[in-house]
Amino acid sequence: MEIAFYLFGAVAAVAAASILVLRSPVYCAMALVGTLVCLAAIYILLNAEFVAAVQVLVYAGAIMVLFLFVIMMLNLKSDRPFALKFSLPKWLGLAVTVGILAQLIGVFNSSAVRTGPIGSYSEERVAQEGSTEIIGKLLFTEYVLPFEMISILLLVAVIGAVVLAKRRLKPEGEEGR
Amino acid sequence: MTIPIEHVLTLSAILFTIGVTGVILRRNAIIVFMNIELMLNAVNLAFIGFAASMQSMTGVVFVFFILVVAAAEAVVGLAIMVEIFRNKQTLNIDELNLLKW
Repeated sequence: MEIAFYLFGAVAAVAAASILVLRSPVYCAMALVGTLVCLAAIYILLNAEFVAAVQVLVYAGAIMVLFLFVIMMLNLKSDRPFALKFSLPKWLGLAVTVGILAQLIGVFNSSAVRTGPIGSYSEERVAQEGSTEIIGKLLFTEYVLPFEMISILLLVAVIGAVVLAKRRLKPEGEEGR
Repeated sequence: MTIPIEHVLTLSAILFTIGVTGVILRRNAIIVFMNIELMLNAVNLAFIGFAASMQSMTGVVFVFFILVVAAAEAVVGLAIMVEIFRNKQTLNIDELNLLKW
């Protein structure tokens, strides 16, 4: 089980790093799909089966299909590989990201993150009741207000996307679309 | 839990940093957007790791909310990019400097 975590973690990291260097946006999208699927596998190893299923359905399925759809609709030219145009601001940015990584790893490996179990949902209880059932109960009791707010957010996003992407009723330049 | 929480969080930190690096280095707006999704996923991984380590389901419920926010963000962001491409015929963020200065 631990071996599987390191395996999926390494594949996720390599696929994520390849987003940095691949030229074609379509290849980048496929690499991101690989990262997302590996993360879903890690979620299963961490006893979050429902989130893993939602991750594959919503992220690797719906969102990435939307990305690919837009990439193919816009017919983008390939990005130049980043290694060819390194300027001083980019080197500075890279130094900042290395600092962020060192900081994050330093904090995450300190003793502050080891609080131990504070909740009542032990591994056995989650396995017995099922993570889907527990999440469903929590969503409709303790977290019902955020749940309703998130549904309004989705409605706003749908309306916003339609307003932004629809064709104008009186196009001024008739741009072919 | 057999998987140590530090290792999950380290993987999360690596993925987040790759996302930040991509946002800084890449010039294609859609690829920048993909890197933002990657950063959201790194945070999700940290949430799930903490949920498993603390035996609490709150982190898992939060991941659910983050997924919905990411979906809404992707829909609106991609709609904006389609509109920008219709107007400017490019998604290179160095050329999209209308709001600069």
